[in-house]
Amino acid sequence: MSEVVLSLVVPAHPHPVLVPDANPGYAKIRAAYEEAGRLIEESGADLIIIYSTLWPSIIGHQIQADPEPEWVMVDADFHHLGSIPYKLKIDAEFAHAWNEANAKRGLQSRTIAHHGFPIDVGSVVALELLNKNNRIPAVICSSNVYANRAETTVLAKACLDTIKERQVKVAAVTVMSLSNRMFTDWVPFAEDHLHSLKDDEWNNKILEFLGEGRLEDVAQLSRTIHSQIRVQKVVAFKPMWWLSGMNGNRNDLTGRILAYEAIHGAGAAVITLNPESSGVGDKEYDEDDVEVYHGDRSVLDSVSEQEEVKDVKQGDSVTTENAPHAVGAYPHARRVGDLLYLSGVGPRQAGGKPIPGGPIHDEYGRSLEYDIKAQTRAVINNVKTILEASGSSLDKVLDVTSFLIDMERDFSGYNEVWAEYFADIGPTRTTLAITALPTPIAVEMKVIASL
Amino acid sequence: MAKGSIVAGCLAPHPPHLVYAENPVQNEPKSEGGWEQLRWGYERMRESLSELDFDTIVILSPHWQTYVGTHILACEKFASLSVDPIFPNLFRFNYELEVDVDLAKAIHDQAKDDGLVMRLMENPDFRVDYGTIVSCHLVRPEWDKPIVAISSNRSHAYYSVEVMQEMMLELGQATRKAIEESGKRCLVIASNSLSHRHFTSEPDLPEDMSCEHITSHAMHLWDMRMIELMRAGKSQQIIDEMPEFVEQAIAESDGGALTWLLSALGMPEYGAELHGYGTIIGTGNAVMEWAHEKNGGA
Repeated sequence: MSEVVLSLVVPAHPHPVLVPDANPGYAKIRAAYEEAGRLIEESGADLIIIYSTLWPSIIGHQIQADPEPEWVMVDADFHHLGSIPYKLKIDAEFAHAWNEANAKRGLQSRTIAHHGFPIDVGSVVALELLNKNNRIPAVICSSNVYANRAETTVLAKACLDTIKERQVKVAAVTVMSLSNRMFTDWVPFAEDHLHSLKDDEWNNKILEFLGEGRLEDVAQLSRTIHSQIRVQKVVAFKPMWWLSGMNGNRNDLTGRILAYEAIHGAGAAVITLNPESSGVGDKEYDEDDVEVYHGDRSVLDSVSEQEEVKDVKQGDSVTTENAPHAVGAYPHARRVGDLLYLSGVGPRQAGGKPIPGGPIHDEYGRSLEYDIKAQTRAVINNVKTILEASGSSLDKVLDVTSFLIDMERDFSGYNEVWAEYFADIGPTRTTLAITALPTPIAVEMKVIASL
Repeated sequence: MAKGSIVAGCLAPHPPHLVYAENPVQNEPKSEGGWEQLRWGYERMRESLSELDFDTIVILSPHWQTYVGTHILACEKFASLSVDPIFPNLFRFNYELEVDVDLAKAIHDQAKDDGLVMRLMENPDFRVDYGTIVSCHLVRPEWDKPIVAISSNRSHAYYSVEVMQEMMLELGQATRKAIEESGKRCLVIASNSLSHRHFTSEPDLPEDMSCEHITSHAMHLWDMRMIELMRAGKSQQIIDEMPEFVEQAIAESDGGALTWLLSALGMPEYGAELHGYGTIIGTGNAVMEWAHEKNGGA
């Protein structure tokens, strides 16, 4: 069962905080917000995770990791309504762990912990109304403007990895409007209403689906919804991708619409989705269920960190989480009698960290300068790690076959490092020049050792 | 009272990388430099502008994005810390600036009279957007001139480039009219890049110039075309080609600043001077000056 104990869709505009009594609809949204806060409390959640459409990012996703961000928020449009001072409680450790989990799944992301960083209006409003006095710590994630469905889904899966690892119960919150077309002129509060009948009809369709717990259906309609009722070149309707990913792409959640009103013409709704099955909504999943992002981020270094890493010894096979994850379905090593056969070992690092000495080319295939000595040392250290995880050691290496992608350039440096480690051990060795290796590395070794 | 005038217009892009690379005392992160061609371009433009006497800088930045009309700063002073929400690793800038409130109100009133939706921003807690701060700092690092900062109405996103341009042409004319009636001499700045497709990853050392280039040849061609049109004084053609430019180059001029500037300058037919061009995290940026007064503009 998912550790996401409750999911929520909440609106972003500051009106329910700053002028709740100016329009009965704003008051209803505020009351619904407060009811949602009570439901979070009842759910036993010990962490609130916010995916905010009002925090756009470009360099991957950004995750707030300042433990106590404090400032005064003023909305770019509705500054005349007043200011919202905030001092939030952020679970910085979770933020860092999520960031690392993203890297393992090929996603670029980074944590942010700078004094004065402008927390977006949506997150400030949501935490002000859902989480009075910072009763529960929160984590806030940006919405990357270039992210597609695959990337956003993987972002959710990395978040779930972190939730499982840290054994926390989570309320997952998307801060967003339904239709986001506001009036482009000022309207008196009392006359506020949905921008158009068309927007209202689409919003009601979304509410019907979510009320039935059909979250994945809404996620799959995301692009259509965005093109129909969303202002273009504003962050797309992608929060539904994230929220559905956080719920295992389910269509049978228990949904409840707490409020649906207009805020300056946009569709504002407070919706809760309980993981308890409602028994309705067949799961019809017609898009790829992506595990690892393979898009245009700088993920070449970590493209093999695809699946949950296990440190296992099954029968004769050995796989260790302390060595770089295999790029295919094979173990790090296999025992036969007193001998240990290692799969080809490169310089990549466990956990998707950068290649020591640098990759041989960038994400666009352009050649880069790299350090063959650093790569060779990293290979031998990875060999050592696998040997020790298998009950052997470097001094028991019997035979090595080395592969270089540029013999003329690299042999000398490789040979020098080899001597540092193996001159006294004395394994046999064969060195071959080859055209390419599966990842952007220059050297790989195939090793046979005794146990 | 003498008639006010625009002494010059500038295309002054606002990537925070340029301030980061300059290492001014106001900015917390420190760098080893980088993006020199653009920074030297700004240096040349500052030298050129130093010959001009002006009272106020009027700037439109695409990073104060408003959806309900166009807004104008209208508090006398702002002092705070500006942290770029996209590149907080590069830009955490302590700013103090003065606003020419009289001129701000005059532009507001004129534009409102001309039918645009306008609002004055009078909340003292408001943080000035980093686009305004970066462009103003690079054009006038002394911070000794009051500014009028105008928001970017997202009419392009709501409607189309054509509607955006209609509004910005109107706003530009209202800006010019208000300046003329104020009796002030103003420097007018459009704070935007040209092609605007970013790389989605950043080098470990952000100022590692071995990683810096335009994102694609198509973007380069569009940037060069726009620069050539500006250098040739073909303002109307820029306006005419803006929809294609915005669509195909994901151009930041979708925020209206360049159209507004050309309108404020009266659609100049004299050539603008290119002080520098360079890419920043893949986007195309040109530092350009319309020497309006020298060319007989008013």
